[in-house]
Amino acid sequence: MRENENANKKNIKLLLVDDEKRFVEVLFKRLNKRNIDVTTAYSGAEGIQALRKVDFDVAILDLKMEDMDGLEVLKIFKKMYAKMEVIILTGHESEQTTREGMKYGAFAYISKPCDFEELICTISKAISD
Amino acid sequence: MAQDREFKNRYSRKLTRNMVLIVIVVSFVPMLMVSGIVLHQFSISYNEKLYAHLKEVVHRHAQDIDSFLNERLNNLQFLLDSCDNENLLDESVLQEKLFQLQQKYGGVFEDLGVINEAGVQESYAGRFKLEKAEYSDAKWFKEALGKPYYISDVFLGLRSIPHFIVSVKRIYQGRYFLLRATISFEAFNSLAENLRIGKTGFVFILNKEGAFQTKPHYDMLPSNKSYLDFINAGKKATHEIYIGELTDNAGRDRIIYLAALLKNEDWILVYQQEKKEAFSDLIRTQIVAAVILFIGALLIVIMNSILFHKVISHFTEVDRENEMMNRQIIETGKLASVGRLAAGTAHEINNPVAIMVQEAGWIEDLLKEEEFQKGKNLQEIERALKQINSQGKRCKEITHKLLSFARKTDPKIQTVRINEMIEEVVAISDKTSYTGISINTYLDKTAPPIYGSQTEVQQVLLNLINNALYALKKNGGKIDITTRLKNHHVLVVVEDNGPGIPKANLDRIFDPFFTTKPVGEGNGLGLSICFGIIQKMGGEIDVHSTVDGGTRFDIRFPMKNPITSKTENLSVKTSTNSGE
Repeated sequence: MRENENANKKNIKLLLVDDEKRFVEVLFKRLNKRNIDVTTAYSGAEGIQALRKVDFDVAILDLKMEDMDGLEVLKIFKKMYAKMEVIILTGHESEQTTREGMKYGAFAYISKPCDFEELICTISKAISD
Repeated sequence: MAQDREFKNRYSRKLTRNMVLIVIVVSFVPMLMVSGIVLHQFSISYNEKLYAHLKEVVHRHAQDIDSFLNERLNNLQFLLDSCDNENLLDESVLQEKLFQLQQKYGGVFEDLGVINEAGVQESYAGRFKLEKAEYSDAKWFKEALGKPYYISDVFLGLRSIPHFIVSVKRIYQGRYFLLRATISFEAFNSLAENLRIGKTGFVFILNKEGAFQTKPHYDMLPSNKSYLDFINAGKKATHEIYIGELTDNAGRDRIIYLAALLKNEDWILVYQQEKKEAFSDLIRTQIVAAVILFIGALLIVIMNSILFHKVISHFTEVDRENEMMNRQIIETGKLASVGRLAAGTAHEINNPVAIMVQEAGWIEDLLKEEEFQKGKNLQEIERALKQINSQGKRCKEITHKLLSFARKTDPKIQTVRINEMIEEVVAISDKTSYTGISINTYLDKTAPPIYGSQTEVQQVLLNLINNALYALKKNGGKIDITTRLKNHHVLVVVEDNGPGIPKANLDRIFDPFFTTKPVGEGNGLGLSICFGIIQKMGGEIDVHSTVDGGTRFDIRFPMKNPITSKTENLSVKTSTNSGE
């Protein structure tokens, strides 16, 4: 069953933006193993650069990064390519940021540490919508 | 803390004393000055008036005596004028004249006599046997012979009874004759002593040698110094009435005296009276004034003491409230910084935990590959990975609780979901450091939110729960926390089955600084801060406790915001609407 799901997610282009390098690495490996085409970015600026080159289906975005605030990046992403769904994945969740994130068009809000299966599930929902 | 309070008490006592002293001085000085001046002026004018009155009385009395003496002279002169010498030498005529005079003037005239210039009484009428008496050596006779009229001093004379003589001179056939009359000393004395004022005011008459011309008063002896004073006073009182003062023989009482001259300055009329009697009205007035002054002063002192005591205790109360407010602010601040620390820590922990969990997941993913499927310890590895996963989730729960707690350290007024708050406070309370204590919550899911500061409500709950935990520390027990909707209030009951609070302490537990904990463990502010917070929110807190039966705190939070009137209006409107 899981194999089927994975097959369905073939060709999903995902942008992963987080300044926590180790987290990006392990998530990259795990997502790749589920046949998701992951591009990594270690800062908001890198993420924006990456989006200039490729139209991603979905992005996973951290809120607290050293160079830019995640919400700012979200706004820019939505301006650049509104079709891309953005899933916020952060350890710094608060009611206010959740509310703001949703206002700026985030698809979902997941707090770290997250369950990997929940993340996969959210990604597939984002794609199917 | 106790030292601090002792210092404050001492300070406030000192302040009260100083303020009372200042006000007393400020109010007493003018009061004493005014009353002193008024009393002084009053005594001066009273003195003047009294002396003027006495002067008048003494003057008139002296005049009366003078005119009495003059009248007697006139009587004799008239008698002399109405009779010729032969008649006068006839004793029966003289007897008749004496009888007439006695008829007219009572017992004033004692006898009559005609004396020739040789000093022999040629005729006599009276009750003493003085016919042909020899007066040639008598002092009065010598003096009388030189003057047309003569009034002698009082003397004993031949009859050995005090009396004095009035005589008129006549020249007949070239020879001098004296018509003399003896004036009754009793009659004169009663006239002279007629002036009596009060118990101690009386008069007497002295001649220039200091001999009494009236009955000597009981303690007036010629050897007395005071007696000499009178004589000297008489010498000074040539025209006017002399006023003097002296101490009585016993040396105790002051005596005032007035001296006036009479009988052509031969005699001195002295009026004397004890000063304290003469001035009794003044003294009474002074006593009344002193009593009024004393009562007034006493009232000022008492009123001041009461007033300042009240003012100072009011200020002390204000100070204490301020201190409590400060404490509350500090406590709130502490809680807020704990909140910030918790939030920071939670965030920082989330990231590494997330990596750990993902790495474990990655191992799980890899284990699915065929090469690992044959591994001997595969099951054990999978179990370990699951454990890592579940512990990661636990970490997440903890950090989420911390974050939720931290979010509620904001002091601004907002809606507080009391049930959630209770769950959180119970979760973070340090129940784990005590064994044998269980905390049970019975929460009414329909309880509406209340309005207040999250931090403050949190603080109230924390304080109550920590107090209950402290009470159960020794023997263990249970804490029940119940919420209920009751009469438009959200009722929160925190109940423990600990040792309870003795009745003596029950009334004081909300007092600031009241604590039964050992020194250093509690500042005695916890419950008073709770009380302050709940009151500020418009709520109430009650305590019920029985020794060995446990303690129950009932808190009633109002459902509407008591601070902003806008909200109040709104809620009124809402209730009207719902009523329709």
